[in-house]
Amino acid sequence: MARMEKSMVDEHDDNLSPEAMISLRDLRVSYGDREILHGVSFDVMRGETMVILGGSGSGKSTLLRTLVGLEKPSSGKIILRGKDLSVATVEEMDDIRRKLGMSFQGSALFGSMTVGENVALPLREHTKLEDSTIEIMLRLKLEQVGLAGFEDYKPSELSGGMKKRAAVARALAMDPEILFFDEPSAGLDPIIAAGIDQLILELKRAFRMTIIVVTHELASAFLIADRMVLIDKGNVVAIGTVDEMRNSTQPRLRQFLDRVAEPEVAREMDYLQMLTKQSGRNRGAAAKRSV
Amino acid sequence: MVAQIGSGVIGGLQYLGSLAELGGRAAYYTFIAPFHGKPVRLQRAVSQALDVGVRALPILSLITFFIGLILALQSAYELKKFGAISYVAGAVAISMSRELGPLITAIVVIGRSGSAFAAEIGTMKVTEEIDALETMAINPIHFLVTPKFLAMIVMLPCLTIWANSMGIMGGALFGVGQADFTFARYIQSSVDALFLRDIVSGLVKSVMFGVTITAVGCHEGLATGAGPEQVGRSTTRAVVMSIFLVVLVDLIFTALFFFVSD
Repeated sequence: MARMEKSMVDEHDDNLSPEAMISLRDLRVSYGDREILHGVSFDVMRGETMVILGGSGSGKSTLLRTLVGLEKPSSGKIILRGKDLSVATVEEMDDIRRKLGMSFQGSALFGSMTVGENVALPLREHTKLEDSTIEIMLRLKLEQVGLAGFEDYKPSELSGGMKKRAAVARALAMDPEILFFDEPSAGLDPIIAAGIDQLILELKRAFRMTIIVVTHELASAFLIADRMVLIDKGNVVAIGTVDEMRNSTQPRLRQFLDRVAEPEVAREMDYLQMLTKQSGRNRGAAAKRSV
Repeated sequence: MVAQIGSGVIGGLQYLGSLAELGGRAAYYTFIAPFHGKPVRLQRAVSQALDVGVRALPILSLITFFIGLILALQSAYELKKFGAISYVAGAVAISMSRELGPLITAIVVIGRSGSAFAAEIGTMKVTEEIDALETMAINPIHFLVTPKFLAMIVMLPCLTIWANSMGIMGGALFGVGQADFTFARYIQSSVDALFLRDIVSGLVKSVMFGVTITAVGCHEGLATGAGPEQVGRSTTRAVVMSIFLVVLVDLIFTALFFFVSD
């Protein structure tokens, strides 16, 4: 059944790459009347690390939330492992989600549970494994992220970096095929942040996982990425490999990479107007533009 | 003006609709889903029940004891004029069991647990824990709301029975001290005055109050916006809306029992 659906999707979308783990086609997302993403299209290949770059309010977090099914697109397609998320039923969505792992910006560990209970939660909910097996898997996952021996700690007793690692362990619990990171180094000092980068690189090397990272930390982005995409005001402005991005002359990308300041926006109305005007102008053209 | 009233009514109905939806889904996960291989988390339900029920006993006992005493004093004031002070026992027992026992219990539980539900779920919303549950394919209503729902509908009737007895004890203090009752005779008069339907109607109401308090507390928690200050707002709203809706449910059921019992 799943195979049949996959082939149906392939037939209808002629330019879908068979190697793609995730394909976005003209994805639009709105909050009420305000459109945040204005037709985003790109592919993420199996086993690659894609970094989604973008400034505050660019729509990159909305894009990530849509990819994991927390927001519904208003139009367009998200084809994830051959299944279109925008038309998936609740059960299909749950099946897909079991193959995804997500590490949230603020870790989102459950404060009332220990680290061990947090990491074991998806296993207890979705598998019929014995407690002793879960215990072994739990130790394994904590070891992978460098937190062996911390299973009885409460999240509030951990430092920021350790919380992030615990959150990664929980995301890894179900052996996901795709791992999502929302701002993995936000709020961490450079040394701890470098540790998280190393962890992502190790996961990539050891498990050949498809990894999607949303960040605005350039150093971290260039270190971990295979390819990058720059989202600006809800559009794809540039997409390419690390070298292509580094050498690109695309003005908005240059401004972002060279950290050129933008004139301050004084009033809320100006800001909203600028968002809607630019998005209208850039729509379509920018989405297809690559470096 | 008309438009304002109209939008107010529509808003109110929408709110009631979303409460009914949440309550319905919690009821589904409590009573139906366990037969389809989705068991209720009993351990969580028991710990919620301890929180909602057992830990509320001291304060609830104190309050309802005082309420019983006040009722006795107030009714004796009037009954004394007719030389009918011996009816105090019946008056206290009936008004506690039919009305004040369930209502006071609900109000204490709103203050202790309804607000706590909103604050707990609201904080989880703000810290993305609800989103985390969803990305792990764990239904937040099944995981968070159902144990609270089960704990509430079991514990509120239990607390109500306890509250009724404590109210009668409060009345007995007056009866023994001021109305020449012996303790045994006071209790006997209370029991004689009560019909089973007085107690049952109070317990039915208390179950409905439990459903209402859980639905409002959890709904307000889940509807919390971004930012920690929103948690405080949700908690306040949960308390105010719960008190209002509990009184409304009380009115509806009291009217229902009034017309049905004839």
